[in-house]
Amino acid sequence: MSLNYLTPEFKVLRDYDKCINCKVCMRQCANEVHSYDEDLGKMVADDYKCVNCQRCVVMCPTHALTIVKHPQVFRENANWTYDAIRDIYRQAETGGVLLSAMGNDRPYPIYWDKMVINASQVTNPSIDPLREPMELKIFIGRKPDKIELDENLNVKTKMPPQLTLNYPIMFSAMSYGSISYNAHASLARAAKELGIYYNTGEGGLHKDFRKYGPNTIVQVASGRFGVDREYLKTAAAVEIKIGQGAKPGIGGHLPGEKVSEDISETRMIPVGSDAISPAPHHDIYSIEDLSQLIYSLKEATDYKKPVGVKIAAVNNVAAIASGIARAGADYIAIDGFRGGTGAAPKRIRDNVGIPIEFAIASVDSRLRSEGIRHTISLIAAGSIRSSADIVKAIALGADAVYIGSAALIALGCHMCQQCYTGKCNWGIATQDPNLVKRLNPEIGYKRLVNLITAWGHEIQEMLGGMGINDIESLKGNRLMLRGIGMTQKELDVLGILAAGE
Amino acid sequence: MKKVYAKEEVCVGCKLCEVYCITSHSRYKDVLKAYKFDSNRPAPRIVVEENRPLSFSLQCRHCDDAPCVKACITGAMQKDPVTGVVTCDTDKCVGCWTCVLVCGFGAIVRDTNNKIASKCDLCAESGEPACVKNCPNEALVYEGGI
Repeated sequence: MSLNYLTPEFKVLRDYDKCINCKVCMRQCANEVHSYDEDLGKMVADDYKCVNCQRCVVMCPTHALTIVKHPQVFRENANWTYDAIRDIYRQAETGGVLLSAMGNDRPYPIYWDKMVINASQVTNPSIDPLREPMELKIFIGRKPDKIELDENLNVKTKMPPQLTLNYPIMFSAMSYGSISYNAHASLARAAKELGIYYNTGEGGLHKDFRKYGPNTIVQVASGRFGVDREYLKTAAAVEIKIGQGAKPGIGGHLPGEKVSEDISETRMIPVGSDAISPAPHHDIYSIEDLSQLIYSLKEATDYKKPVGVKIAAVNNVAAIASGIARAGADYIAIDGFRGGTGAAPKRIRDNVGIPIEFAIASVDSRLRSEGIRHTISLIAAGSIRSSADIVKAIALGADAVYIGSAALIALGCHMCQQCYTGKCNWGIATQDPNLVKRLNPEIGYKRLVNLITAWGHEIQEMLGGMGINDIESLKGNRLMLRGIGMTQKELDVLGILAAGE
Repeated sequence: MKKVYAKEEVCVGCKLCEVYCITSHSRYKDVLKAYKFDSNRPAPRIVVEENRPLSFSLQCRHCDDAPCVKACITGAMQKDPVTGVVTCDTDKCVGCWTCVLVCGFGAIVRDTNNKIASKCDLCAESGEPACVKNCPNEALVYEGGI
């Protein structure tokens, strides 16, 4: 084997005054960083293998471990950066496409952080959510053109199917295969407890989770994995996956070695076969084709369930969204370029797509200008990191948001971005039974419930501050936002004023 | 009686239960000091049994009809008639390890440092067993009636 030019990315610092040789770190590291050296009589670490997932740091009973960025540097060069050089070393060695995971981590501007939220002072009263009612409930689905009432003031209009959410938050599509059984169990149970929805992703619905059907959105993607009549009937809604923010225009590939007995049954493919999701749906080459699939799925579910479409945020997102609305979809989920993934080609993840902030604003504006905004609900996805991001997304025009990465972080993800290795030390992005059991769904679902409950409280506080007592009144209410440090063009696309205006 | 039960499906095999068992039965009640300074560091009374991916921690089941109590040649091994807890009186224990031989669970450990039979006492002094309190994945529970 010739010389490997890569140097370690991280350094494991062990405080030997604190290390008791209990070997917990060694047992917990799937990357085999730690080992006990009999000759030296102490624990040692191989920095090369460390991915900084921090499992050992958190588990060490004496807090003897710290992982730091390796101090080894290249000569300073603003053009040939650390990553640029290392990526070339990797590709020169392997000849392969660089893989990456989780969302785009490049330092593009984060527009959430350039928007600030309004609050009432003197001229209109703010509301205290602890003392007065504050509504967070929303409905996802097509709304009728008008509401007709009978003489007793009961609604006469037949409402299209709706999803009812207690919080304007849902768990993003993450397939069984990309994440573990226990991760799915945690998400499903939390969704039920919270009165929201989780999304199976494109990997089918495990038979154990059929009981969570009323809180489940099932996906129909280009691979059509796990799709049958029962799959569609069990779910609360069906989502056609066209694209994903982390890899717009790219299909998916679950390697055969991850297709275990259980996953094979769920995906309805042979054990050990590669699960390939083609880049396009081979039966969709136009809005008319999409409309056919939407109505096929509506037909299959007796027009009782909303059928949505998920797309990645790309250049023409507004026109595409308009087409999707006209094709008959009940909701559209738009995934921005910082959206996560279990595996994506690095160059795609880091360079393709547009920020969700712009996509939501332009889609909402476009649908309003065409007078069809009410015909479709809009879900924003692609790196929603906090309740403030949610408030801003809704003020820009979203009905609700999808959270994926944030939910996984609640379950223990430390953003080491190595999902595609299948060695997730937190039991999330892995199918290794040794690792999967590290995520206890009993603990996991409570952590998810805590996160969403906490965000709910924060959203209520922010709404109250604005003098709004219903999340519906914030939708598209862009006057509640002001921009800081943006160009006029950026402000115009977002449809907001500059701070002070 | 209340006993410690293992949930093997979420046991991660980290052996932190062993670390905290040692700490709880050391004269220092601190992990670092128990390992660094205790010259008579006790043996863990809980042992993680493994056949990956299966793992679970095992400790004394405090049997109703405890063979170790019957077998004990000095009367060191006693079952409390009220609480049901089986304990070893280390002042009386001579380290013959007959109890180790008769225990059907292999839950009695030879503490060679102190030449005594060592076994789970459910952390009688502190109330809640240290293994249960410190299990990072809630794979040990302390439950059951009196």
